[in-house]
Amino acid sequence: MSRLAKAFGKPHPALVCFVTAGDGPTDAVLDALVEGGADVIELGMPFTDPMADGPAIQLANLRALGKGTTTAEVFRIASTFRERHPEVPLVLMGYANPMIHRGADWFADQCAKSGVDGVICVDTPPEEDAELGPFLRDAGVATIRLATPTTDAARLPQVLETATGFLYYVSVAGITGLQQAATASIEEAVSRLKAGTDLPVAVGFGVRTPEQAGAIAKVADGVVVGSALVELVGQHGDDAPAKVRELTAALAHAVHSAKETAA
Amino acid sequence: MNETAHPNSFRNQPDERGHFGQFGGRYVSETLMPLILELEKEYVKAKSDPAFKEEFEDLLANYVGRPSPLYYAERLTEELRKGASEGMGAQVWFKRDELNHTGAHKINNCVGQILLAIRMGKTRIIAETGAGQHGVATATVAARFGLPCVVYMGAKDVERQQPNVFRMRLLGAEVKAVKAGAATLKDAMNEALRDWVANVHDTFYIIGTAAGPHPYPELVRDFQSVIGKEAREQLLERTGRLPDLLVAAIGGGSNAIGLFHPFLDDPDVKMLGVEAAGHGLDKDHAASLAGGSPGVLHGNKTYLLQDEDGQIVEGHSISAGLDYPGIGPEHSWLKETGRVEYTSATDKEALDAFQLLCRTEGIIPALEPSHAIAAVVKVAREMPRDAVICANLCGRGDKDIFTVADALGVEL
Repeated sequence: MSRLAKAFGKPHPALVCFVTAGDGPTDAVLDALVEGGADVIELGMPFTDPMADGPAIQLANLRALGKGTTTAEVFRIASTFRERHPEVPLVLMGYANPMIHRGADWFADQCAKSGVDGVICVDTPPEEDAELGPFLRDAGVATIRLATPTTDAARLPQVLETATGFLYYVSVAGITGLQQAATASIEEAVSRLKAGTDLPVAVGFGVRTPEQAGAIAKVADGVVVGSALVELVGQHGDDAPAKVRELTAALAHAVHSAKETAA
Repeated sequence: MNETAHPNSFRNQPDERGHFGQFGGRYVSETLMPLILELEKEYVKAKSDPAFKEEFEDLLANYVGRPSPLYYAERLTEELRKGASEGMGAQVWFKRDELNHTGAHKINNCVGQILLAIRMGKTRIIAETGAGQHGVATATVAARFGLPCVVYMGAKDVERQQPNVFRMRLLGAEVKAVKAGAATLKDAMNEALRDWVANVHDTFYIIGTAAGPHPYPELVRDFQSVIGKEAREQLLERTGRLPDLLVAAIGGGSNAIGLFHPFLDDPDVKMLGVEAAGHGLDKDHAASLAGGSPGVLHGNKTYLLQDEDGQIVEGHSISAGLDYPGIGPEHSWLKETGRVEYTSATDKEALDAFQLLCRTEGIIPALEPSHAIAAVVKVAREMPRDAVICANLCGRGDKDIFTVADALGVEL
């Protein structure tokens, strides 16, 4: 069973935590996420033009690039994480250009070698899957697809066709970190998605607090938190790991116990 | 279907998935995909709707002021012949798209896109702008049709294009200065995409150049092709034949593709696209074809200025309208097929050409077409006297006088 399947196969919903590679003391921040109870790590690949991201993650991208974070450094972070945490799934999230620049086959190979379990490429929809998807899946790396409030019933099968690992439901039409959707609409959307797939469904965009995360965890297989963690890294720099561990622990408690309190 | 009719045509791109060879495509987030598909569907319908065509043409004729004149630049031609060998020195003709309402070719496309927006029931318009010409043109059509309009503009461009910022505001648009990144056109486009993704239900994004996700490169080209269609007819009527060479400046490449496309299947017509070489191709520049490599940005695969990790590198040009690290995907394809030749002109060459046109023809061109004129200056002398060059004078230079004064060390 893959690391992702195991993480989503736990008896409780999964907490998925996002931080940007190269922003702050990334190795220590990743350890803090695991210590705090994160079930899946999303590692953002910095890009000069993060079109789908709100201000918090835009700034994190700039900070990381400003420090000279390269693609090689992203894979160093991933592979050393894998050595320290053999069981915790790690997925890369980012934009197409840095992923395909040296060739999709090269990128897929690096992912496999570094112990990366999946890739979320924000600007490669199913229509352009051929650019990257087949290379990743052939290398045993999951291609995690995004579904959004604008993904209607007619389109959903096409999205699911090349989706592996888990499905990431973007709960609001918008960019990362800003507004949050009502829990009722998320519940309805998740059940619609689950009718079409056996993949676990994680919900993200705009989830900031343990309360919000807990409410979403009641109706989903996983909850993604990004901007709130990234802001802590931005504010606290080298001192961020302790703060990140604290928030992650609170989020993990809320997410992991959400279905108990619902019962 | 087209392929059967024209097996060797350069004019039947893109394919049904929006690809020009390996370029183009639809590299957008999932939130935007359904909207892009809807736009494509609506555009296909509009193209075959006589009422759409009629309204577009009526606005171009009576609001924009088309057809734009074709002008024989006699004094410039004579000036260039002075340095040429005997029997050399081609005739230089200009397609005068700077005489359009709002002062550039940008309005052609904006008229077409706002009609599509209205067909789709969208009630809010957004756009990105570099030099401000596309922003002004978008604000203009938004005012004409009574729709609210937000224009994203890099903070650095807001500073260097103050007259256009004020024009947009007069036209009722809200100009949002984008401070992210290098605060120029690329960043304005990122911000417009972020707005769009959050407001897909009611907002239409009027992209200003023949780039972005399919169907934008195709529809912008189609709306701008009025330039080449008119030029073709006018040249045939005035010179009795097709031109030997077409020349146009290229940032994203909408004025160039508009001029070139109707001639692509005329094998004797050569074409030259002119990128901005900035301080020089070995220094800071904005020549994606000359100094870049294929990659994915802003919804399409095309030549980009980028580093060894695929991070986008900022372009530089004295012309804010050419200061973009990418280029429309059809140009990338036309370069690779060899149908169009691409060259570049530096800031200095463009400034010289700017002044040359002012003095010889009494026309103050924008800095964008000044790059095309700089290329004309180089090639006209190498062509025979009976050869015909047609260059696109895609914008007028009123907006640029402060930049030019600054570059020439003149205090206004």
